Amino acid sequence: MAPALREFCYWMDRYRRVWRGTVVISVANPLLFLAAMGAGLGKLVDANHSGHLTGTPYLDFLAPGLLAAAAMQTGVIEATFPVFQSARSGGNYPAAAATPMRPVDILGGHLLFVAFRVLLSGLLFLAVVVAFGVVGPARALLAAGPVLLTGMAFAAPLMGWAVGVDRQSRLNGLYRFVVMPLYMFSGTFFPISQLPHWLRSVATCTPLYQGVALTRGAGLGGSHPGATAVHVGYLLALTAAGVWAARRSYTRRLNR
Amino acid sequence: MGDESAGAGVLIEAVGLRKVHTPRGGGEATEAVAGIDFRVHRGEAFGFLGPNGAGKSTTMRMVAAVSPVSGGTLRVLGMDPKTHGPAIRARLGSVPQDDTLDTELTVRENLLVYGRYFGLPRAEIRERATQLLDFARLVDKADEQVEALSGGMRRRLTIARSLVNRPDILLLDEPTTGLDPQARHLLWERLFRLKQEGVTLLLTTHYMDEAEQLCDRLVVMDHGRIVAQGTPRGLIAGHCTREVLELRFDDQEAAAGKIRHLGDRQEKLPDRLLVYADDGEDALKAVHRTGVEPLTALVRRSGLEDVFLTLTGRTLVD
Repeated sequence: MAPALREFCYWMDRYRRVWRGTVVISVANPLLFLAAMGAGLGKLVDANHSGHLTGTPYLDFLAPGLLAAAAMQTGVIEATFPVFQSARSGGNYPAAAATPMRPVDILGGHLLFVAFRVLLSGLLFLAVVVAFGVVGPARALLAAGPVLLTGMAFAAPLMGWAVGVDRQSRLNGLYRFVVMPLYMFSGTFFPISQLPHWLRSVATCTPLYQGVALTRGAGLGGSHPGATAVHVGYLLALTAAGVWAARRSYTRRLNR
Repeated sequence: MGDESAGAGVLIEAVGLRKVHTPRGGGEATEAVAGIDFRVHRGEAFGFLGPNGAGKSTTMRMVAAVSPVSGGTLRVLGMDPKTHGPAIRARLGSVPQDDTLDTELTVRENLLVYGRYFGLPRAEIRERATQLLDFARLVDKADEQVEALSGGMRRRLTIARSLVNRPDILLLDEPTTGLDPQARHLLWERLFRLKQEGVTLLLTTHYMDEAEQLCDRLVVMDHGRIVAQGTPRGLIAGHCTREVLELRFDDQEAAAGKIRHLGDRQEKLPDRLLVYADDGEDALKAVHRTGVEPLTALVRRSGLEDVFLTLTGRTLVD
């Protein structure tokens, strides 16, 4: 078995104890959000015929945005708290680093597990979206790629950061001051065309906006090939840069 | 590659070994290990004795091939940790200062997961796990979560886990720190058994009795340097008198002045005065003859604690 897979198996062993709970959350979350905001609030929005939505029912607009935001959330959570805990003395990383495993093997296996988690919770979300009748199952599967890419664009750089973090409060800070604003203002709940002009260009540069735009394109169709290429390129570049940086910081942290 | 090149059963060899910690983003670099030489032979129990911050754990981490060497040379099993880290680690067992067990997994699962890190076949890991549970006396606890184990049991599990790859060398960093006396003795007995089976032990400790019990040979470290080395008995004979007289006084300053001439040497500690003499009872009689009345007086044999005190003027445990 390749060394990275051993680390992946370790995380799967742990996940096997808690998977039921995570599945319930991954289904209940979109169910509640889409029912309350998509179907409930959406009725008010649609009655107003907002020009920003260009005739798209609000539920259809919201679903892919929320999906991408959920992928970010899963990626961020899986890449921060468990990494922080594992890197501390007494955690899994130093234990694994004492074996033939190299820090990059440990990173690789954990990254693989995070990808698995992002994909699994994304697929469960998509099942809910299909149940709401937003898209058909075939169309929904097309969104799996954008979901994975969005989640990993956040997870890879954050793992490299979290492995060297010394206090848990920093993780909470990231969540409050970075993740939450992104969640709200990246075209998730409303089109960024509603934002003031200067803020719009800021929003366009954020990774979540890129993920939302890509996912929405895959979900609603009508995406422009050029724009899709930009979104994919942006997210791939961020993921690759994140992996590169994480390889360095894992080695620095575990081989001090 | 391979330990044959090392010759004469030398498993670990360090020459001028150094470790410098440079804080990221500037700040002053600290030299945790300041150029030390030592050799460990096959089948030996070799100890690093010294207070906290002496550089013992840092040395252990370099030998364990998880901390890059800053200077000097280090050979472990005939290989250079810089280029052959995974190959070296495949043949080491490592018991870190803090237990790195997975508290959410069961005792047996911890062994299985760890064995997988060494790339061992599943059936073989299962078989070894059963043997190791027996060795660690944890058979009854096999399917309980680690969360539920006592400190001593966790320590035994950590040691059992470190043996899953049948290591040539077992590295133990402060193996019994924080354990109650009974748990310590059980652990020592297990380690002694390993030693008899021919496993080479490398351990750090700041407990004298541990070093005396387990080590064939040891080095005394202080401020990143080796200040003495030898067998426990040899170190005591070389640096101390045979016995020590420990005295406590109401007014230590006044009493010390009156008995200054007694014994080979004296050490003043905050709470007591140590008089080194080959015959402690004789020294005590001499104290009484000066008319000084100690609150308590105790004659004991010299130990490694005294060696350390002699060499550095400080006690090991503050």
